[in-house]
Amino acid sequence: MSDKVLMKGNEAIAEAAIIAGCRHYFGYPITPQTEIAAYMAKRMPKIGGCFLQAESEIAAINMVYGVASTGKRVMTSSSSPGISLKGEGLSYLAGADLPSLVINVQRGGPGLGGIQPSQSDYFQATRAGGHGDFKMIVLAPASVQEMAELTVKGFELADKYRMTAMILADGTMGQMMEPVALDALKVNPTVEKPWATVGTKMEREHNIVNSLFLDPAALEQTNFERFERYKTIEETETLYEEYLMDDAEICVAAFGIAARVSKNAIDEARKQGIKVGMIRPITLWPFPTAPFKKAAEHCKAFISVELSMGQMIEDVRLATECKAPVTLCNRVGGMIPSPEQVLASICKAAEQNGGAK
Amino acid sequence: MRDFKRITLLCGHYGSGKTNVAVNLALHLRRSRPRVAVADLDIVNPYFRTKDSREDFEHAGIRLICSEYANTNVDIPALPQDMYAVTDDKDLTAVVDVGGDDRGALALGRITESILRENDYEMLAVINASRPLTRTAEDTVEVLREIEVASGMKFTGLINNTNLGRQTDADVVLNSVSYAESVSNRMQIPLVLTTVPVEIFPQLQGKIDNLFPLELQKKL
Repeated sequence: MSDKVLMKGNEAIAEAAIIAGCRHYFGYPITPQTEIAAYMAKRMPKIGGCFLQAESEIAAINMVYGVASTGKRVMTSSSSPGISLKGEGLSYLAGADLPSLVINVQRGGPGLGGIQPSQSDYFQATRAGGHGDFKMIVLAPASVQEMAELTVKGFELADKYRMTAMILADGTMGQMMEPVALDALKVNPTVEKPWATVGTKMEREHNIVNSLFLDPAALEQTNFERFERYKTIEETETLYEEYLMDDAEICVAAFGIAARVSKNAIDEARKQGIKVGMIRPITLWPFPTAPFKKAAEHCKAFISVELSMGQMIEDVRLATECKAPVTLCNRVGGMIPSPEQVLASICKAAEQNGGAK
Repeated sequence: MRDFKRITLLCGHYGSGKTNVAVNLALHLRRSRPRVAVADLDIVNPYFRTKDSREDFEHAGIRLICSEYANTNVDIPALPQDMYAVTDDKDLTAVVDVGGDDRGALALGRITESILRENDYEMLAVINASRPLTRTAEDTVEVLREIEVASGMKFTGLINNTNLGRQTDADVVLNSVSYAESVSNRMQIPLVLTTVPVEIFPQLQGKIDNLFPLELQKKL
């Protein structure tokens, strides 16, 4: 039998979490990510793990807080409206410096919106997962294999920096099926967690996991320290993929499903002689500022392809320091841009910035 | 190719490829029968549905019975109002695409009694050894038994639909033969068909019995 299995993106996340040592999953069903919960419900009892369907998303994220306090790897998953409900819990996790992995398989919004794919939670994930000054490491897979790989990576980064990592996928990535090589997943040894509340055995002072600070100066200090860690992450953990960027005069920025669509459009544009490439951010926070800044030195135009009304485009503009025009190519509400639509945007950018051919 | 009963029920683990098999099988049956319908009773997964190829169905002269909410944002487990045509219209050849797992098979309960009374049906289990939760015969049988309990019906045959999507090659299919035979023995039901992507059908012709060429993401 082949070493590869045919998996949905949602299943790949669930199985990769188990491979990464996650034995605690708390969730509440919502399309298009329910297969994660369904898979965990089947698998966890067989391996001595805990699957619990919570009474709500809010309950689930607070159960995550509880398990994370003990230093165990723990995960919850939801889709856009459910992630909004988890906002308070995400902020508390950040305030208590607890590692966790949270999955958002996005759907169209705002409000109850629809069940079809979207990328319109980019701001929520990278800017405002909840109240207060905090960041989450945000990972954006573009294949089912990457869904699995970034799940393992997410757990490791969360542990390393004591914070929440989020997989920001979308309905297409969650539902599509592709062959996955699970044995290719590399899991590193887990880091020590001397802060975990696992009993003192009367041998040390007890640990406290808390996000309440009675002294404002002390609270200020934890914020300063946390942002020092964020700086390290920005300097060392940025991930991205470049596609045909060496001689590119037009640069497409796209992540997740939008990057897959864009790749097809870029291949077609190259056949027509247009020098176009793509930078695909894999970490949305930290955003890969450096490659965009470098691209701005030789690219005449940037196109941000998104399943939103234009969210990542702001980061592209910031990274390129507005040295070249950045336009938006998008569909929203559960619709997906076609390769033809992206190609048309590329052709238009080539015309307007003459000589891009 | 073997003959089929008036009603073919396709059940199995979700993601085993029931919908794609249903579409291909309906097209095959349409060659010899004047009135063929595909009934989509999938209440589990709102993303992948036969409705994706509605116009193609109409073009091929195959009736599509599916929830009017399919492919919309209405995320409820609705059954099509005309699903009773499957049991009431005795001149119709019907391929019924049942939702995945035991939960999906619950939908069958509405028509189980009529199907059993008429007794001109087959209930086929679509299995795929490349799916993570049905990689072994033992695990597969467990899923199939749950479906039997939920539907109140017994499987009468197997369709080995082992595939790796677009990466399916001859070895993937050849290596699955012993798995399918093992499921067949444990369930005490015959292996009715083994599917193979149409592109590699010539490589395997004569090597596996009852080989059925399948087009992936079938467009009629």
